[in-house]
Amino acid sequence: MILERLDLTPDECERLLGWRIEAEGACQGERCVPLRMRGERIDVSELAAKLTMPLVRDEAHEVWSLGPESADRTLSSARMPPLTLPDLEGRPFDLASLLGKKVLLLAWASW
Amino acid sequence: VLRHELEPHGLEIVTVALDSRGAGAARPWIEAAGATHPSLIDEAHVLDDLLGVVNVPSGTWIDEGGTIVRPPEPAFPTRLVADSIASATLPEDAPPRRRQSLAEARKIRFEPEAYVEGLRDWVTLGARSRLALAPDEVIARSPARSPEVARAAACFELGQHVARRGDRAGAVPHFREALRLQPDNWTHRREAYALLDAGQDPLHVYGSDWLSEVMRMGAENYYPPLDM
Repeated sequence: MILERLDLTPDECERLLGWRIEAEGACQGERCVPLRMRGERIDVSELAAKLTMPLVRDEAHEVWSLGPESADRTLSSARMPPLTLPDLEGRPFDLASLLGKKVLLLAWASW
Repeated sequence: VLRHELEPHGLEIVTVALDSRGAGAARPWIEAAGATHPSLIDEAHVLDDLLGVVNVPSGTWIDEGGTIVRPPEPAFPTRLVADSIASATLPEDAPPRRRQSLAEARKIRFEPEAYVEGLRDWVTLGARSRLALAPDEVIARSPARSPEVARAAACFELGQHVARRGDRAGAVPHFREALRLQPDNWTHRREAYALLDAGQDPLHVYGSDWLSEVMRMGAENYYPPLDM
C-alpha cells in the first residue's frame, strides 16, 4: 500500500488499510491491537510496528510503502481472499462471480 | 483446448497477467491466443502478496465454494513452452551468453502432462480427488512470509510506484533491495528487469540477469517439482 502521509484519519485507516478504529484500538474482524490516537488521527508507523508490517520510504517522491504482515505462511485461511482485477478493456472482474464453478487461476506474464 | 474440454465439467480458467506495464503489454498474447475466458491484468502484482506467487506460470485451484484446494504451483497447461525451448535454434553468430541461456533453459523442469492429468482428476472427482487438499494442507503449502519477504514486497511496490511516476532510475534502488531480500522471487526479478529503459543491461544495473541467477540457483530448481 502506497501512502503519501502517515497520519491517517480513522476513515482513511479503514478504507486504505482495512483496520477499523474502535475503543480497543485498531480492529480487523475479531482481532484488535491497542493503538494510541494522535489527536483525531492514527500514526501508521505505530500500527506497522505492532503488526510487523514493513514501512519503506522513498525520500525523493515523499511516499511510503506499507508491506504485508510477516507471518508463518502467506495464507492464514484456505478461503480465497476477495480479488477484483480489470480485464483488457479495464472492466473490473470480481472472482467471486464464479462461485459455483471450479476455477483454475493461472498467473502468467508477458516479460 | 483445455478449456473446451473441461468447461462442460464445471471448470473456468481465469488468466492473470502480472505485468506492471499493463494491458498494452499483455494484449498481444491474449489476442493471439483468442482467449474467451476471463483474462485479467494485475499491474500491482496483487497475486504475489495475496497467494505468494513467485514465478509464472503459476496455478491455483479454487473449488465451487471459493475455497483454495491447491495453492500456487508451477502450472503448464500445454507442452507449448517446453517444446518451443526444445526446438529453438539460434543463428550461427548468436552471442555466447544467448547460447548459454538456451542451454540452461533446456535444463528447466516442465511437467505439463502431470499437471493436466491432475487438473482433469480434480475437475472430474471434485472433493473426492486425492489432489484436492484439506485447508490445513493448503495453508501449510503456501509460502512462508518472513520479515524479509514482507519487506521485499514493500520495496517492490515502492519501486513500481516510482517507476510508474516516470522515474525508472529512482525505482532501481527499491527493486535492488527487493531482489536482495527475496532473491528467489522471479516475478519481482523479471519485472524489475523488464522495467529498465531500452538498452539497459540488468547485469550492469542489478549485477545479475536471468542467466546469472539461473546458474546460481541451478536450472533444475527454477520450478519446484510438482507435488501431485
